[in-house]
Amino acid sequence: MIEVKDLHKAFGEVKAVDGVSFHAADGQITGLLGPNGAGKTTSLRMLYTLMKPDAGQVMVDGIDAAVDPVAVRRQLGVLPDARGLYKRLTARENINYFARLHGMDEALIRERREALIEGLEMQDIADRRTEGFSQGQRVKTAIARALIHDPRNVILDEPTNGLDVMATRAMRRFMLKLRDEGRCVLFSSHIMQEVAALCDRIVVIAHGRVVAAESPDALREQTGEANLEDAFVKIIGSEEGLAA
Amino acid sequence: MKAVLTVFLKEVKENLRDRRTVINALITGPLMAPIFFVLLMNIMINRELDKADKPLSVPVVGASLAPNLIDALKARGLDPLPPVADPIAAVTDQRADVVLKIPKSYPKAWEKGEIAQVELIYDSSQRDASSSVNRLEGMLKGYARQQGALRVLSRGLSPAVSMPLVVDKRDQSTPQSRAGMMFSIMPYFFVLTVFMGGMYLAIDLTAGERERQSLEPLFVNPVARWRVLLGKLMAICGFSMTSLLLSIIAFALAANFVPTEKLGMSLAMGPMFAIDVLVLMLPLVMLLSVLQTLVAAFAKSYREAQTYLSILMLIPALPSVILSVIPVRAQDWMYAVPLLGQQMGITALLRGGSVSMQQIGLTLVTGIVAAFLVGLITAQVYRSERLAISG
Repeated sequence: MIEVKDLHKAFGEVKAVDGVSFHAADGQITGLLGPNGAGKTTSLRMLYTLMKPDAGQVMVDGIDAAVDPVAVRRQLGVLPDARGLYKRLTARENINYFARLHGMDEALIRERREALIEGLEMQDIADRRTEGFSQGQRVKTAIARALIHDPRNVILDEPTNGLDVMATRAMRRFMLKLRDEGRCVLFSSHIMQEVAALCDRIVVIAHGRVVAAESPDALREQTGEANLEDAFVKIIGSEEGLAA
Repeated sequence: MKAVLTVFLKEVKENLRDRRTVINALITGPLMAPIFFVLLMNIMINRELDKADKPLSVPVVGASLAPNLIDALKARGLDPLPPVADPIAAVTDQRADVVLKIPKSYPKAWEKGEIAQVELIYDSSQRDASSSVNRLEGMLKGYARQQGALRVLSRGLSPAVSMPLVVDKRDQSTPQSRAGMMFSIMPYFFVLTVFMGGMYLAIDLTAGERERQSLEPLFVNPVARWRVLLGKLMAICGFSMTSLLLSIIAFALAANFVPTEKLGMSLAMGPMFAIDVLVLMLPLVMLLSVLQTLVAAFAKSYREAQTYLSILMLIPALPSVILSVIPVRAQDWMYAVPLLGQQMGITALLRGGSVSMQQIGLTLVTGIVAAFLVGLITAQVYRSERLAISG
């Protein structure tokens, strides 16, 4: 359960995030949709406590991020915009490193790690050094690393960015599986089709503000457009920075 | 503490797989000090031996004009070479350190008992010339004094008439202490070894991680950033200390191959020397690792960090360079200044002296306090939002 209230963040003169509020419920996939540069990544970064908001509040499972950021991070599994694997370590070693940073014991690490490796279909690359991995292999490793501690809340920043069709489909299946396990899944995207296909709720961000937060059906109704793509364009006010 | 250890172990493992880091930390760095030491010692030994035993080879112009003089000089260690056509050119071209010229007027003046003159042609701006010139001049003066005494004696007077004062030089230097200037360069190589041992790690662990965009996922883990920093610093210190240890071992081995006994010099490179150097260097290892990390944290890329750090590398050279040019008397407070303390201490140890517990204590305390303070600043930089974000 993630709640974000009236977040503000400015970089010098530029107001990257200017009053963003939304919530993401357990057992649902919430999509953060917006054109490039709308403030999605900055919002997420404040959510996973990498940045401090200038104003506003982030609550994860009832914990205030400003009060106890370390506890908030423990509740989250995060695939940041920067995937950044350790290229001189194997996929397994990458996963182990993060697991140990979570303070997990070795038996639990082995159990969770092997389950994730199987679930993400990465047995064939698990013992290879990550240098030279394809984009898809990299994302898989980064996700396994992020979910090793079995977090209730999963944040994915543009998870299908750079993936081919097969890998994108696998990623979507995986996200649906996470939702069915009762987790709170929050992901950002600038791809409308993807958001429409996966999300229980859509939060549309443009110019640092939330311009709509509804189910896909409600969005169509609200805008009077039968086509979701036309609905988005109408809400955002322009086609700039979106992909179909 | 477990998280700190996790970071430390991962960084060590990952960097042991990096060829460049391993070569620098475990091979190039540690070998630097011993190699330079052997080179310097050999140059010095050759020079000392030159001074003492070897006959002095000097081209002589007009040797046939003064056979007695030449014979006397030969007895004092001169090896007269055939005359050169142009003595001035020979000296300025450095074909000869010095040329002895006996003018045509010499035999006449000598026979008459007048003041005879010989000429020494040399270039005092040539560093090596002065010892040859001094030696030759000494020989000539000795001959003059001897002949003067004989002349006075033949007139029935005491030689004391013309020689009211005799100077007896008693040089207290030993070959070891004469080598002092060279020894004062050596600490720099130990510092350089430590610097190089940690440098690539410091770059990789902060600027490198930032460039590869792995800092952001790392900081999403529920571990305070200062703990991550501490683990990384420990890994850098670990590599630097290993470099230093290897260097000292190589140093002790190299010392066996330097024929110091030819000079009657004893180099004490035993376990005590190793322990003293390690303890003296420990605070510097810590200080340099945080300084390197701090500097690397300001760089956006690996390359940028490399540039900054190579400038930082010049700073430890300062005390060595200054002290080898301006001899400063060792005073206790100097041990309280990081770098200067190591400089003084290691030079003293190499010269066969010792370092007191008080001096070592002073070096340790101030060095560790300095490292801690820089560590606080670095932790502050690590806390900034800017650091984690590479894009």
